[in-house]
Amino acid sequence: MKRSLIIGSLLSSLVVLAALISFVWTPFDHTSLNIPDRLQTPSAEHLFGTDHFGRDMLSMIMVGSRTSIAVAFVAVGIGVGLGVPLGLWAAARQGGWADEIIMRGNDLIFAFPSLVIAILITTIFGAGAINAIIAIGIFNIPVFARVTRGGALSLWAREFVLSARVAGKGAARISVEHILPNIANLLIVQATIQFSLGILAEAALSYIGLGAQPPTPSWGRMLADAQTMVSLAPHLALVPGVAIILTVLGLNLLGDGLRDWLDPKLRVART
Amino acid sequence: MSLLNVQHVHLQIGEHDILSDVSLTTDPGEIVAITGESGSGKSMTALAIMGLLPDAAHVSGSIDLNGENLLSKTEAQMCALRGQSIGMVFQEPMTALNPVKTIGDQVAETILVHEGVPKAEAMARAAQTLQRVGLPRERFPLSRFPHELSGGQRQRVVIAMAIALRPSLLIADEPTTALDVTTQAQILDLLKRLTAEDGMGLLMITHDLAVVADMAERIIVMQHGKIVEQGQTHTLLREMKHPYTRALFAASAHEVDLPQTQADTPLLQVNKVSRDYRLPRTRLFARPGSFRAVEHVSFDINRGERLGLVGESGCGKSTLTRAILGLEDVQEGTITLDGAPVFGAGRPNLDVRRKMQVVFQDPFGSFNPRHRVERAICEPFHLLADPPTGQARADVVAETLRAVGLSPDDAQKYPHQFSGGQRQRIAIARALIIRPELIVFDEAVSALDVSVRAQILDLLADLCRQNDLTYLFISHDLSVVRTVTDRVLVMQSGKIVEEGPTASVFDSPKHPYTQSLIAAAPRLPNLEGLTHA
Repeated sequence: MKRSLIIGSLLSSLVVLAALISFVWTPFDHTSLNIPDRLQTPSAEHLFGTDHFGRDMLSMIMVGSRTSIAVAFVAVGIGVGLGVPLGLWAAARQGGWADEIIMRGNDLIFAFPSLVIAILITTIFGAGAINAIIAIGIFNIPVFARVTRGGALSLWAREFVLSARVAGKGAARISVEHILPNIANLLIVQATIQFSLGILAEAALSYIGLGAQPPTPSWGRMLADAQTMVSLAPHLALVPGVAIILTVLGLNLLGDGLRDWLDPKLRVART
Repeated sequence: MSLLNVQHVHLQIGEHDILSDVSLTTDPGEIVAITGESGSGKSMTALAIMGLLPDAAHVSGSIDLNGENLLSKTEAQMCALRGQSIGMVFQEPMTALNPVKTIGDQVAETILVHEGVPKAEAMARAAQTLQRVGLPRERFPLSRFPHELSGGQRQRVVIAMAIALRPSLLIADEPTTALDVTTQAQILDLLKRLTAEDGMGLLMITHDLAVVADMAERIIVMQHGKIVEQGQTHTLLREMKHPYTRALFAASAHEVDLPQTQADTPLLQVNKVSRDYRLPRTRLFARPGSFRAVEHVSFDINRGERLGLVGESGCGKSTLTRAILGLEDVQEGTITLDGAPVFGAGRPNLDVRRKMQVVFQDPFGSFNPRHRVERAICEPFHLLADPPTGQARADVVAETLRAVGLSPDDAQKYPHQFSGGQRQRIAIARALIIRPELIVFDEAVSALDVSVRAQILDLLADLCRQNDLTYLFISHDLSVVRTVTDRVLVMQSGKIVEEGPTASVFDSPKHPYTQSLIAAAPRLPNLEGLTHA
């Protein structure tokens, strides 16, 4: 049970660390071309080898993780920032018109295939990291709204919330003081999982050329560039592919581990 | 030879000793009751007999049923025995039945699992069994679903499932705790009749001594995983050798002395109040129907008066409580406190709310697990125009905690560090802190063990002596209402059917419903009568 938390946080912090280090140091400049050294297999000098322009793969992966993390982080931020208040509002007005409008609006967004709409948005408004963030972020809103509303509804029936109402507190204040702290676990776990989905979505968008534009490296585009040369230099596809897998795996394990660890029942047993 | 023979059973789960040296027997046709407070190990004893303990459990000793040792059996052999030779009835009829299967299928399933009979024959026997438990086929066809039955009827189905194969032993774990008193009396009668008819041994687990004294031929009293005393009901009640048994009985029959008060100025006035709930739409464009939960209810609470409100589940007590607290508006009538309405212009009237506080039933659900005690009990300060701050606030908190029998140091602890009884004290502290004129106790002692309940009732009487409390005490437990109130209202199906001074309502009830309630309530035997018998 604890193991998934440890492995998950190790993998996730490895990626974050790589992104942070890339700001101050990378083994090579990720933009400098070095045609004579192209398509080298991993060696002591180029740990992950070089691509078809002779750029160092390790440097590109490190800088690329920045893009992935930034896009996923802001997209989750949009989801939490808009979805959680909407969910709290819907739960506080359960059965009222606000609840209906918010939840039917959610259903509307859920009804569209998210990646197709993300492609649509980026095609209309232009490919780029910002538009990718917005496209992915919009689809995070209903996820967080639902999780929040679901958790909040059962809390609204609890007696401590009734007591707060007897003490004359309004819905907004009760939501912030009593509801939110008690669903924080739920939201943290959901955020971790949405984060990994965001990284996947960003990779998918940049794979079809709609994410961050060159020369900004991105894992999805590295995969796309590698596909014509897979038989010639398989490491070109393997390196970004494994990076995506390990990051998503790490975040999912982290989410799983956090859920167990933050469970209040288990925590009471610990103290 | 005994039907069930449990000898020197020790049970460990992980590092914890759950049961130590438990020995008991049950004869065919005998009703044996295991009683004790929460954590005494009574349910674990039942689970050990059924072989339903968690994986980490380690059992030693011997459990024999009909001369066969159950502890040496494999899980597959136990599966064959469960339902066939041992039946079990659980506490909660709402969750013990599968909501998507008909009652006929569920009873027939027990038969089909154990005997390779055709489905039609199993259904016929299911119908017979349901008839035996008082659900005749004409009125309750086998095709009924659990949600179409009341709580008592569902418990009958659960019993039918347990006795379908005429097991030699029936284990009933708190079979009536979730039921209303009148239903409880009927289910207890049913269990008694079935035991006699089938010559089945009944091992009944209950915390309610009045039920035990009424039903059982032998009583086993448990505490901290040990049997402290066992014997024939009559003998045990007369002698009560162990101090814990005596304490348990004393706490069950606990009475408090309320100080006399002069109560003649009305404080809360409830005048012809009705409360409707909207039912869900049956069709998309049909007008939703409504359900009248409270109908033309009128009563006053005078300043200094302790008023009780009794009634069974679904009678509208909780709805009325919410209306009085101004949490919900009413459809007809008015509720005023000191002449001011509790709910006005679409919102609760906070000036009135300041004079009212509430204590709820569930000591575990009534606190935000993430707030310290100080923050929890200071919540009503939100109602005050200028709440005390700094040292003044700390002083009020300390004083209030002391008033409810806790230490001022407890203010910095979290709710989960307290027991159920202590939490209920904290809940009372929260209600007292702004010195309200009226406190509503909504089933405030119903979830507590008897000894803890006795302490909370004492606390209530103490607080009455110090502060001239006025309160509305809502409960389904007649014995508690009798001792802590001056006047009582009896509520049935949203209406108040009887009201009057507590003693006279209980001694000579006039309305037939009140009479049936009082007759159905299990009573502790008069212990002094027993001693001289």
